[in-house]
Amino acid sequence: MKGLSVTWRRARRALGAWVLLAGVALAGGTRAQEAPHPAIPDTLQQRIAACTACHGVHGEGTPESGFFPRLAGKPAGYLARQLKDFQDGLRKYGPMEYTVRQLSPAYMREIAEYFSAQEVPYSRSPLPRLSADALKRGEELVMHGDPVRKIPPCMACHGSQLTGVQPDIPGLVGLPYDYISSQLGSWRTHTRATVAPDCMAEIANRLGDSDISAVSAWLAGRELPADMHAQPPGSVKPPLHCGVLGDKEGGA
Amino acid sequence: MKRVGLIVVVVLLALGGWWLFRGTSPQPASPAAVDVAALKDPALVAKGEYLARVGDCASCHTEQGGTRFAGGRVLPTPFGNIPAPNITPDRETGLGDWRFEDFWQALHSGKGRHGELLYPVFSYTSFTKVTRDDALAIFAYLQSLAPVRQAAKPLGLEFPYSVRSSLNAWRALYFQEGVYQPDPSKPVAWNRGAYLVQGLGHCNECHAPRDSLGGSQSKPSLAGGQIPAQNWYAPDLSTQANGGLAGWSEQDIVDLLKTGQSARGAAFGPMAEVVAQSTQHLNDDDLHAIATYLQSLPARTPAAAEKSPLDTRPILAQGAKVYAERCADCHGKDGNGVAGVYPPLNGNSSVNEPSGINAMRVVLLGGFPPVTAGNPRPYSMPPFAQQLSDSDVAAVVTYIRQSWSNNASLVQERDVIKYRHTPID
Repeated sequence: MKGLSVTWRRARRALGAWVLLAGVALAGGTRAQEAPHPAIPDTLQQRIAACTACHGVHGEGTPESGFFPRLAGKPAGYLARQLKDFQDGLRKYGPMEYTVRQLSPAYMREIAEYFSAQEVPYSRSPLPRLSADALKRGEELVMHGDPVRKIPPCMACHGSQLTGVQPDIPGLVGLPYDYISSQLGSWRTHTRATVAPDCMAEIANRLGDSDISAVSAWLAGRELPADMHAQPPGSVKPPLHCGVLGDKEGGA
Repeated sequence: MKRVGLIVVVVLLALGGWWLFRGTSPQPASPAAVDVAALKDPALVAKGEYLARVGDCASCHTEQGGTRFAGGRVLPTPFGNIPAPNITPDRETGLGDWRFEDFWQALHSGKGRHGELLYPVFSYTSFTKVTRDDALAIFAYLQSLAPVRQAAKPLGLEFPYSVRSSLNAWRALYFQEGVYQPDPSKPVAWNRGAYLVQGLGHCNECHAPRDSLGGSQSKPSLAGGQIPAQNWYAPDLSTQANGGLAGWSEQDIVDLLKTGQSARGAAFGPMAEVVAQSTQHLNDDDLHAIATYLQSLPARTPAAAEKSPLDTRPILAQGAKVYAERCADCHGKDGNGVAGVYPPLNGNSSVNEPSGINAMRVVLLGGFPPVTAGNPRPYSMPPFAQQLSDSDVAAVVTYIRQSWSNNASLVQERDVIKYRHTPID
């Protein structure tokens, strides 16, 4: 398909050049020489400058500030879902909502796949100073959850390596503390939501304030596994019903 | 102070309007004249679906992420927020119990089912021109939708605008009821274009200046204006001398409406939504008719040259530097863009519009032109809000507004500060 559409675009462009230059042939279908600037590459990367200006050409984000999240290597289904959630106003951030407003599902999918396929080394980000007890609580929540508060372990969904599960579940390791804690907070303040049943909103609301710091700090400080890729589909059996995983009914 | 004065004016007008129109409403609706079975005609429903696209009804009557036509989108106006109602045929929360006469009264006369005056954010000032046949088709289509139960959100209007009778006065000033009357001296296509532009397309609701009471001055129509509360500038649509679209060919207009971009510029902001949701779905005959009509709009008087008391040379030098670093790779040193990829800035109506709002906001927000069948994978522009200071944005916008063939007024840092924090909707 892709090859076909590239061929078609080239054919169209060549035709346009013919018309423009009134019959002067252009070898190899290269762009006409009429413009006083270099030819514009016909690549997705060139097309999505609106995305890469903040998230980086390879979706590396801004690890030093943590403000613009990394997109590289996140599962494509997850990324496409986020774009749709911004479009539908479930995730709230004006500049993102504006940017994706008129995009088609097909184009959003293509953009998601682009960033998902990027291989970018992970970098460490600053950690808050937390007590050993707090970090222990964080580790406990990640590995075993808290049965009393009905909090499942993070690993139950995000994979035994916490690197996510294809195609819809993102990894949790290699993310900055600020990013993880602010996302958990956003679920509680309804600035981040997704299709019902919104299992992460359920979980975020069962966490205490100190739990959010604890779990975020432990995850952000975690040694990175050698293979950071998301695990294959079906690697986990989520304990909650999640709309993002195709569940339609039942509460969390 | 301005607000107090406004309230006084509105109250006086309301009283005057009440006096003028007392006893004339509510009017009992006339008995049902349309057979319900006739509404099920598939050809009528299909025609109505097309016309609902032309009117872009779904754009207002659909909430972000919500079910089409189920209402809920809150429309910001300078007088308060007005939620668009559910127009699916749900009996309790939508139009399920409406007869065609009720719908006609709303569309044609701006009155609700019980004779109450409707707020003109529902553009009946334009929709009144729609023929009864077309209104019937739209009604048939809306009645064919799956009913959705979704109650209207509360009205967010403040006193005195919350007093519906104040609309009597507003209507006396700004509303002229009546179906479009074709001009027999003009070709069929011109009349079709005029009908679509003035009526269902309700182009003048944005592309005309509005006064402090939110009324649009009837003449000259389509001469461009700032969209209240949204803070975008809808440019003048004349293609003749000094017009906002001066030099646009019929094909340029058709291209923009059909694909979201043309050799003269690209759609963005509210117009991107109009193209994506409405105009890209119009048939070629209607698009050409619209272009034919727009091309007949008269030449405009040239804007008085504004002589700035500031020495603009340092601003232009700063702007030229920013332009070379950030803009020239795509839009070209000559400002002519790349055909089919990046819009020209030279001679671009949205660069040169009087306020400078569009250029400032596009520099800050960047973004994609609308995805359309004709342009399914558009090239985009980076947002510069994070990268450029207010001073740099003001300088580069001033530079592009005063370079090449452009000769628009300068913009200042304080303007950029204002629009940097304008909400997205």
